[in-house]
Amino acid sequence: MTNQDEHKEGIGGMINPRRYGVERVAYLLMRLSGLGLLAYFIGHIYETSTILKGQVGWNEFLELTQTNAGHAILAIVIAMCVFHTVNGIRVMLGHGGIGVGKPARPDYPYTPASQNIRHKIGIYSAIILAAIAMMYGLTVMFGE
Amino acid sequence: MALTSGLAENSPLSSFQLITLRIARYNPEHDSAKTFMEFQIQYEKWTTVLEAILEVKKYFDHSVAVRYSCRQATCGSCGMIINGKPRLACFTKISELNSNIITVEPMNNFPIIRDLAVKFERLFDTHHKIKPYLIHDDNEITKDTKEFLQSPEELEQYIQFSNCIKCGLCNSACPTMATDSSFVGPQALAQAYRYVADSRDKGKDNRLKIIDDSHGIWRCHFAGSCSQVCPKGVDPAMGIQLLRGYMLGFRS
Repeated sequence: MTNQDEHKEGIGGMINPRRYGVERVAYLLMRLSGLGLLAYFIGHIYETSTILKGQVGWNEFLELTQTNAGHAILAIVIAMCVFHTVNGIRVMLGHGGIGVGKPARPDYPYTPASQNIRHKIGIYSAIILAAIAMMYGLTVMFGE
Repeated sequence: MALTSGLAENSPLSSFQLITLRIARYNPEHDSAKTFMEFQIQYEKWTTVLEAILEVKKYFDHSVAVRYSCRQATCGSCGMIINGKPRLACFTKISELNSNIITVEPMNNFPIIRDLAVKFERLFDTHHKIKPYLIHDDNEITKDTKEFLQSPEELEQYIQFSNCIKCGLCNSACPTMATDSSFVGPQALAQAYRYVADSRDKGKDNRLKIIDDSHGIWRCHFAGSCSQVCPKGVDPAMGIQLLRGYMLGFRS
């Protein structure tokens, strides 16, 4: 059965953050930051491997990170790292059943207990901390 | 195509208002893509989306395919995408959507039979897979045993999850279901928790083994969309995380 036959939403539906509140935004950012950090990790390994070409090769590659574009990329990496860490702690606790509320007879209008204020605070904290860390990184790198 | 209902349209005493109802039409047997038909429908503040669709079937086009039964959010038949979100058509009033255009489409992540009707086979298969019934040793049933007693506290552990009506809205909203055809889905996982948390049930290890799969519980990333669309307050996301708590040793 093809994707069309199954009427799957596909990646477009998976990454659409507009319909289900801030939790779905956090879901998307978690995926994007995870992929971004993976790309940075691979790039970082490549960067450090240039030492095998000697001091000159190492210095040449290091200069790339000293450009404006390099600083901007590093600032984004800092933001991704902070968001992924803070939100990851929230998600890991949730995955263990911690902080997701207790089962109870639901009353209309059925506000889901698992989407409680603690999780929302966790998500907003991750976003705010990531933004602060990125701004600090930009200040340090461009303030030199 | 746009058609307008003529009922009470010009009456000065009428409290009717008009909306445009866009209905997705698609027959997988001979259509290559989904198209939309538009109808002008009159509604009162209590009119549901299902009633508007039935109005279309009654006065404009009886060939619109839609599944419905109880009209009171009990049978779980009329799930569909209404203005971009999975909802029960019988449980969604037009007036609460705050839009002059109502777009109805078949639920995502379910194969389409025709128009708004989708196939539920996979949902029922995954539901059946997690053994949705009480499992207990035969030797527990003695001649004197007529019932298994539970305290109110024990009942509270699972009663919320027994409200599931198998409407499929949670599976339609789930981001993992959007890409993974083999994922067991929030509906079945929440039902696995419902039975694991039941003090009368002895099938916990059996069920945890079933869902401990690469396309099982580990594919849930706690986006929580399933809980946001559940029309019965089941909160599948909570059930799944509590169930995972058993598997990770946070609960016993």
